[in-house]
Amino acid sequence: MKIAVDADLCQGHAMCEVEAPEVFRAPSGGPVDVLIAEPGPDLHDAVTAAVKYCPTRALSIEETA
Amino acid sequence: MTTVTAPPPPMVSGAAGEHGHLEELRHDPIGLMWRVHDECGQVGAFELAGRTVVLLSGAELNEWYFRTPDGLLDQAAAYPFMTPIFGKGVVFDAPPERRAEMLKNSALRGPQMKGHAEVIAAEVERMVADWSGEFTIDLLDFFAELTIYTSSSCLIGKKFRDQLDDRFAALYHDLERGTDAIAYVDPYAPIESFRRRDEARVELVKLVEAIMDTRVAAGPPGDDADLLDLLMSVMADGKPRFTADEITGMFIGTMFAGHHTTSGTAAWTLIELLRQPDQMAAVVAELDALYDAGGEVSFQALREIPLLEAAIKEALRLHPPLILLLRAATEDIEVGGYLVRKGDLVAASPAVSNRLTPDFPDAETFDPSRYLEPRREDDRNPWTWIPFGGGKHRCVGAAFAVMQLKAIFLVLLRDYRFELAQPSDSYRNDHSKMVVQLQQPCAVTVRPRERST
Repeated sequence: MKIAVDADLCQGHAMCEVEAPEVFRAPSGGPVDVLIAEPGPDLHDAVTAAVKYCPTRALSIEETA
Repeated sequence: MTTVTAPPPPMVSGAAGEHGHLEELRHDPIGLMWRVHDECGQVGAFELAGRTVVLLSGAELNEWYFRTPDGLLDQAAAYPFMTPIFGKGVVFDAPPERRAEMLKNSALRGPQMKGHAEVIAAEVERMVADWSGEFTIDLLDFFAELTIYTSSSCLIGKKFRDQLDDRFAALYHDLERGTDAIAYVDPYAPIESFRRRDEARVELVKLVEAIMDTRVAAGPPGDDADLLDLLMSVMADGKPRFTADEITGMFIGTMFAGHHTTSGTAAWTLIELLRQPDQMAAVVAELDALYDAGGEVSFQALREIPLLEAAIKEALRLHPPLILLLRAATEDIEVGGYLVRKGDLVAASPAVSNRLTPDFPDAETFDPSRYLEPRREDDRNPWTWIPFGGGKHRCVGAAFAVMQLKAIFLVLLRDYRFELAQPSDSYRNDHSKMVVQLQQPCAVTVRPRERST
């Protein structure tokens, strides 16, 4: 799993940081810092939730082989 | 600036009189917008009191619309009906840079959500505290009052909310009703709804002023200081920086975007679930399982509740609170092969886009399962599933709104059973104003629920 950010859209709501604090650091106003670009399986659920709850749809997941 | 040579977009049929399609926009805006789409395609125009409105539809053009910077498509200039409501100097929305800045420490950031969930659950409990036996409620009155309390409490402070009663909600409703599209001709036209709007604003200032007097009399605030105390403490040249009128304008502005939108969505979620008893049963069973697992409503509201969330999304898709999103072009632009002239309004319509096929198969049907795996039609259509808009201006309160709606239904469906109190097809929106609201009467029957646990 690889995380992609559309920096145009991020506003720094930090919903991702709530869902997956190990992976995202969202400064006020954005754009978000992705601390782990390719998170391991133990973080997949949290990252999926972070993508889902991003209010500006700035995050997406690219599946890696 | 380059010269755009593209032709102007096709104009939809039906323009009448000096104001073009204004009358139709005031009576059947959704019908007008669908006719633009059907006659003209993805770029078409209608005429609004001497201005051309270029209406876009479809994923590609919507994406262009939502990604285009404010320098080219200006939002502030597009909503003249809001100025008399907020007062001069309070803007409908801020440019993206300012929005990003405002989010700093904002009440809408993720880490604030748990506290809000607690406040909202408590406000719902407070609204239903005197419910007993079987009776009917008016959905517009009930949810509009509830969401005045939740938004004032979360965005301004509990102390301020505790100084409000139903007068504030009634006056606020008159403001929302004062959004006739005649404002595109004259925001101060001598019509009844504008007269009531202006009277309501004066009365709201008086209510806020009376609250400010109690704050002055009470002396310096303690730990419970809220946004009103903060604004009152700002001094300039030895005098208070903000008048009651200015503070009221800021509060009206702060609460506006989250009020009629959340209120209407709560009502439509309930109506649609009551129209489809099997869907309601599935949502109630989902919530029952959560209650049985234990935990506070404020905790549950932050967790995933897939069926309820899907029902909310589907209510939003079929009954988007904002049906027409507008920007003003600041220079000549080419869009989809057509010329948008400087000064034209450019529009996207959630009411149209949310029902486009093939993006949303069987688009007229309330079908929450379209959001579940593997369909996920909202995620797959980020530029046509647009009840919250899109891009940098996408609703900053979207996460707050969904959490709030979850908290509301966690309480209501735990303790009460609802039934439609009038024919199913008699529930509809009133589209005579730019702020869309449920048309009254919109009654449902309530009775306490016996849970078999």
